[in-house]
Amino acid sequence: MNKWIQYSKYSFFSLLVAMLVTGCDRSKYIVLDPKGPVGQQELDLIIISVILCAIIIIPVTAIFVYILIRFRDKPGNNAPYQPEWQDSKVLEIVWWGIPVVIVAILGVYTAKTTINLTKPPVKDVKPVVVQVTSLDWKWLFTYPGQKVATVNYAVIPTGVPIQFVLTSDAPMNSFWVPQLGGQEYTMPGMSMGLWLQADKPGNYFGSGANFTGRGFAHMQFRVKAVSQADFNLWAAGLKKSSPALTKAGYGDLSKPGNVKELSFSSYPKNLYENIVNKNGGIYYHHMHNMGDSMEMQKTTMHKHNH
Amino acid sequence: MNTSGFFVTGDPMIYGADVSIVLATVAIIASLTYLKKWGWLWKEWLTTVDHKKIGIMYLLSALLMLFRGGVDAILMRLQLAVPNNRFLASDHYNEIFTTHGTIMILFMAMPFMFALFNMVVPLQIGARDVAYPALNAISFWFFFIGAMLFNLSFVIGGSADSGWLAYPPLSEDQFSPGPGQNFWIWGIQISGIGSLATGINFIVTILKMRTPSMRLRDMPLFTWSVLSSSIAILGVFPILTVALIMLTIDRLFGGHFFTMDAGGNPMMWVNLIWMWGHPEVYIVVLPAFGVFSEVVATFSKKHIFGYASMVFSMIAIAVVSYYTWVHHFFTMGAGADVNIVFAICTMIIAIPTGVKVFNWLFTMYRGRIRLTQPMLWFCAFVPCFLVGGATGVMLAAAPADYQYHNSYFLIAHFHQVLIGGVVFGYLAGLYYWWPKLFGFKLNDRLGQWGFWLWQIGFYVCFMPQYALGFMGMTRRIYTYNQSAGWNMGWAPLNFISSVGAFIMGLGFIFQVWQILYSIKHGERDTTGDAWDGRTLEWSIPSPPPAYNFAVLPVVHGRDAWWHQKEEMRIEDYKPDPVKYEPIHMPKNTGIPFIMSCFFFVAGFGFTFEWYWMGIIGLIGVAITLFIRSFQYDTDFYIPVDEIERTEKDLRSHGSFHRTAT
Repeated sequence: MNKWIQYSKYSFFSLLVAMLVTGCDRSKYIVLDPKGPVGQQELDLIIISVILCAIIIIPVTAIFVYILIRFRDKPGNNAPYQPEWQDSKVLEIVWWGIPVVIVAILGVYTAKTTINLTKPPVKDVKPVVVQVTSLDWKWLFTYPGQKVATVNYAVIPTGVPIQFVLTSDAPMNSFWVPQLGGQEYTMPGMSMGLWLQADKPGNYFGSGANFTGRGFAHMQFRVKAVSQADFNLWAAGLKKSSPALTKAGYGDLSKPGNVKELSFSSYPKNLYENIVNKNGGIYYHHMHNMGDSMEMQKTTMHKHNH
Repeated sequence: MNTSGFFVTGDPMIYGADVSIVLATVAIIASLTYLKKWGWLWKEWLTTVDHKKIGIMYLLSALLMLFRGGVDAILMRLQLAVPNNRFLASDHYNEIFTTHGTIMILFMAMPFMFALFNMVVPLQIGARDVAYPALNAISFWFFFIGAMLFNLSFVIGGSADSGWLAYPPLSEDQFSPGPGQNFWIWGIQISGIGSLATGINFIVTILKMRTPSMRLRDMPLFTWSVLSSSIAILGVFPILTVALIMLTIDRLFGGHFFTMDAGGNPMMWVNLIWMWGHPEVYIVVLPAFGVFSEVVATFSKKHIFGYASMVFSMIAIAVVSYYTWVHHFFTMGAGADVNIVFAICTMIIAIPTGVKVFNWLFTMYRGRIRLTQPMLWFCAFVPCFLVGGATGVMLAAAPADYQYHNSYFLIAHFHQVLIGGVVFGYLAGLYYWWPKLFGFKLNDRLGQWGFWLWQIGFYVCFMPQYALGFMGMTRRIYTYNQSAGWNMGWAPLNFISSVGAFIMGLGFIFQVWQILYSIKHGERDTTGDAWDGRTLEWSIPSPPPAYNFAVLPVVHGRDAWWHQKEEMRIEDYKPDPVKYEPIHMPKNTGIPFIMSCFFFVAGFGFTFEWYWMGIIGLIGVAITLFIRSFQYDTDFYIPVDEIERTEKDLRSHGSFHRTAT
């Protein structure tokens, strides 16, 4: 019996080691491999929180193992035995105090980062707005500046803060591009904001993070970051070579189902605003948007009178 | 009445379930009839108001539901083991993760917890029953009926498939038509009312039913944990009830509480459900902390360290848990200020939790540690909960959570705290109090096998899931493609994780085997004090007589039984002569069971929107309540000679240390 327990312990630890070794390829851990300032700030916070937690976990585990071995109820164990000892103000102050300090430090960093992320990552570059609508079960991107639209992929210029504004014409989802930064919910009738920015060109994995039903698992998209010049070329290219997204076309698109990547040279005027309002956007004026200088939000707000 | 699609069809696994349900039902009915046990079943179990029996029924149901939820888990892990797997279709997978979550929290953790409440609290505080014995039976039967109604959806009508917290608009009629979501609503609603009643029952029991000499500050820590957990229940279960009623109105009567279209707001649901849902996880973990406090003190042969601090931290957890719910949706566009407040509140709750770990460690310090089965589970809990707690603090840092939210990192975290904290804790409690309730210990060898398989399986299953979160894998996807599987590295880790799930399943099988084996061969306990315990429950025979304490115990300070034993060790110890008095006890009643059956009818009717049936059910509930309110003959006295006989029987067969003179 004991032999078997020993055996299981060994196989368990060797499995853990195997996992760590296979996991060494850092580029696979995309959350830990950010390609923009937002993801980088979040990674910094993650690292700080890991260090602060390790300060507690490692010593406590060590103390635990020591106590467990030292005070085992074995014949001949001559460790002190004090069955009545049950109180020590000093010790208690120490271990109420240490976590308080750690929480205070982490709290400050958390607050700072939270506030930072509500602003565009760089101030001196004019942001690009990309409107995102989650549908059953696909992602629609509309570009109010370029007047083009895409499905299941987005192209963005590098080094430029992107104001993603998010809504849903289906159950609520969550828009997540791990290498560029954290996610934000897309909700029917509401318009939310998320600042992201890519510093390096590349194709970045994106997905919906909040469950929306049958086709949810296939709601993945790619964000392609290219230079500003290539971005302009791309938009101009779409204008020439792609079909237009019509009202009827949107109607078809919003029916449940999965589709491949699509491109459109134009889309119906105010499509995004109408989607928000159609889903009951009477709460629009309450919406908190991370970018408060965005024209789109203000104009819609004034136009829409209930 | 529309009966098309009444029975779930089209899946061989479902047909298998149909067959096994019918066979099991026939087998149960046949054997009860053959053994002429119907009367026994009715008199001893269905109508019982004895807290110990109710506890045992809770325990059995919880283990059964652990099996069902575990099978769900294994099916999911099978599906995700390799990319592009076609084992489960999307809809089926969605139903399975919804039922897995719902069952594990509401129909496994909650009844397991109530099993411990019922099995232990009255014994620890020197009481003969809970404050409201009939209400206690109602609570159990409501839970049981709710769980059965929910499980029925598996073969009749189809299960809910919008996640265990059913976010609108996905859970509304538009996106989830049909009875599945209604099953979820009514299953939880009925059992939730029972949970609320249990919370009230135990608050009153602990405050009013303690043996007169026991002050609040003498109470064992498990009892304190039950009190704080019950207070949290009292605070939040009404929120669940109301939220479910609102969703019912939306679904059945065309309301718009949670749709934007007519002025409602899905965010309102998300807030309400988490105002219940977050404290809920502390509700289930607090009693586990209580269990560990008892286990550590007993098996270190020492007083618990920092009793006052332990009590304070439990109350603090119960209170702060009300102010953390927003951390479940940091990414829903609340302002920075709101996110910061809830992030810090969430971190703060880690402080009292961490303090408890220190106190347990220093209870062991300068003690004499026996590594019995309950203690083993505690030892497994410490590192597991430390890591789980730490990842909880990581999740609490709002901007970092933008990256973890709804990813496998989150899945790994909450399984680590819920399995590492709640399941390990309850299993420790199960092993610890099993000899008290059943009069024998569970086999150690099989228990060790179960324990190590659980431990290995747990880490193999959930550690890769943290990594998967960092790889961008989100929860609730039923499949992933080759590219995500190999280029992004999801496949190998998912496969390892699935292996882990099977190992845990194997661990559970060993535990079931352990119980079945020990019923026959387990070490019998004739002393009533199987572990050299410290609290009052160990001062009476195992299993305890119906009235628990022949005479109400007199308590001087904490660890009452320990001190009494110290006194008895003094050579010229002479026990006080025991003078029995008739004991006032509640009578059995069939009302709770019958009322629950009517509630089942009501729930079933509303699930299928057959209002006539729903109304008949509710009328039945009202009539049983009415009848109960006119029952005056609800109690009786156990005469002195019967007590004498029982005590003599119980205390004659072994080395039982207290003799009545």
